Amino acid sequence: MLTIDKLHANVGDKEILKGISLTVNAGEIHAIMGPNGSGKSTLAQVIAGHPGYDVTSGSVTFAGKDLLALPAEERAQHGVFLAFQYPVEIPGVTNAYFLRSAYNEVRRANGLDEVDPMEFLDLMEEKLKLVDMDPAMLQRSVNAGFSGGEKKRNEILQMAVLAPKLAILDETDSGLDIDALRIVAEGVNALKRPDNATIVVTHYQRLLNYIVPDFVHVLAGGKIVKSGGKDLALELEAKGYDWVLETA
Amino acid sequence: MSASIDALVNKEYQYGFVTDVDADTIAPGLSEDVVRLISAKKNEPQWLLDWRLKAYRRWLTMTEPHWPNVKYPVIDYQASRYYSAPKSVKPLQSLDEVDPELLKTYDKLGISLTEQKFLAGVAVDAIFDSVSVGTTMKDELAKHGVIFCSFSEAVHTYPELIQKYLGSVVPYSDNFFAALNSAVFSDGSFCYVPKGVRCPIELSTYFRINAADTGQFERTLIVADEGAYVSYLEGCTAPKRSTNQLHAAVVELVALDNASIKYSTVQNWYAGDKDGVGGIYNFVTKRGKAMTNSKISWTQVETGSAITWKYPSVILQGDNSTGEFYSVAVVNNKQQADTGTKMIHIGRNTKSTIISKGISAGQGQNSYRGQVKILPKATGARNYTQCDSMLVGNKCGAHTFPYIEVANNSATLEHEASTSKIGEDQIFYCKARGLSTEQAISLIVSGFCREVFKELPMEFALEAQQLLGITLEGSVG
Repeated sequence: MLTIDKLHANVGDKEILKGISLTVNAGEIHAIMGPNGSGKSTLAQVIAGHPGYDVTSGSVTFAGKDLLALPAEERAQHGVFLAFQYPVEIPGVTNAYFLRSAYNEVRRANGLDEVDPMEFLDLMEEKLKLVDMDPAMLQRSVNAGFSGGEKKRNEILQMAVLAPKLAILDETDSGLDIDALRIVAEGVNALKRPDNATIVVTHYQRLLNYIVPDFVHVLAGGKIVKSGGKDLALELEAKGYDWVLETA
Repeated sequence: MSASIDALVNKEYQYGFVTDVDADTIAPGLSEDVVRLISAKKNEPQWLLDWRLKAYRRWLTMTEPHWPNVKYPVIDYQASRYYSAPKSVKPLQSLDEVDPELLKTYDKLGISLTEQKFLAGVAVDAIFDSVSVGTTMKDELAKHGVIFCSFSEAVHTYPELIQKYLGSVVPYSDNFFAALNSAVFSDGSFCYVPKGVRCPIELSTYFRINAADTGQFERTLIVADEGAYVSYLEGCTAPKRSTNQLHAAVVELVALDNASIKYSTVQNWYAGDKDGVGGIYNFVTKRGKAMTNSKISWTQVETGSAITWKYPSVILQGDNSTGEFYSVAVVNNKQQADTGTKMIHIGRNTKSTIISKGISAGQGQNSYRGQVKILPKATGARNYTQCDSMLVGNKCGAHTFPYIEVANNSATLEHEASTSKIGEDQIFYCKARGLSTEQAISLIVSGFCREVFKELPMEFALEAQQLLGITLEGSVG
């Protein structure tokens, strides 16, 4: 579904991604781990189309399309979803309105009819249960006054509503307590289907106890230095990133 | 992201057209003779001509004020024409008698004086330049005893009401532009709602400045008698012109005991091109007087004009009266705004709410100027002021000039202010959810203005959102 080939990307003059190659197929969960500054979040954001990064060479193909040629909103409309590490606040805009607008935009881009507010609320009911969120939260402004855990759960709620083909979770576990972590993970797991895929970007092995990956890749210095199965994450936990860098 | 700014289509002001109707215009210049001529053309009674002349003579002694935070070239008052009326004006029995060119004008402006409007429940008093043409649904309103007609008509048909209330809230000596308006006002709306009546439909007026150099000096007076309620909408458009046009209107609202007036404005006058050339100057005096237990609420969305200079205010004369001011003012390119409100607390237990949202983009300069004045006998007064500014881009400016004068120590005042910038992060977040840049800006700005938009009547709220979107196009980068 997703093929990244020798991707190089800069922030200003500084090269962050130094030749990333990765293939993700439908039905798979890939974990991307690595030390701070290795480029994990950069990779996530470049795939989603963040304007702050310049791709200098390489390609990203998604469902047969040249993803880098599309603006961010079209990538989302085609089924790419980024769960932000730092979800952004939009005061005055309710979660319900924001979500419905996004949902309808994606539907429209895919030739489907838009839904009206009532239909949308019905849809929301079951999605809210998935992340254990109170319906009242729909009337609050997007992420405004939300705790860290609420913001992350809100990201997963959006993921549940938009039902993407490829979900990239950018350090979704940062700032979460044990219970919140479990809820988020359960939400992600419940959304797993044979026709979608997930990339989980994280520092810690902890999340991967709940969201079990099929593949683990270690990113260091802008490159993938090691790949393996889920056991690789446990080895990292035990031996640290230095071990990987030495043996890479 | 920056690609979108310059590359975005410059939306030509879509109402930029001129109607070719033979206008009966007088030569430019202002003198006592011009004032007499205007009054004569309208067949006004002597008392009104006298009032105009007093105002004119007073105006001659006044100096144009220059304290607002706006810059504009010197206005030559002798260069404007002070009267222009379409020749086909006579009282009309039906719309078939209206000049077809005029009707086309209304169509283009999206106004239809037909049954469709009636079904929508809006009475439209359409003003073409200086004289009114037809008023619909007078009969419907007449059933409830509501008077809604042009100001000129009211002078003839309800002179006692005009005489009683004209100038009672904004005397002709109030300020330079009010004096000018009082001398040469062209036309406007008049509304009177009798005791205890709740006006069944939202009243509305549309304007258009057509002939070159015709300053539009409209005069509106709305009186809600004891226990009455009325909601009034004012929306304006104007054609493209290369010389600046002065719009110095005066609006007076009178809410007698237990009455309530809601006045909403969506203003989209031509703002000038992106270099600021040719836009309308909107120098308006709007004020309401609220008596015992009454309420006056101003809601405005100002997106047009080269310069907006207005302070819709409320004099809280009666005990327990309430004044409200909700405003969204947008400036883009080279627009300037110095706007706000005055809440004057005179009676006891009076209350005022001010919510002002200023959006600055391009090189626009937006100033909020507000006065909350609590007089010595105004015990138990309360005011809440919230004044938020949003900056879009790096070249615009937002300024705040609050004046708080409290002469009674039982007053409670709250003032909050915030300044924010539309972040690229917010825009990317929206795009990452499938929304385009335009939709993202529209969403973020609407969120910012929500508290004000929800005070607007539904149809206006939608128009306001669209206007906001158009005004801010190409501004983020």
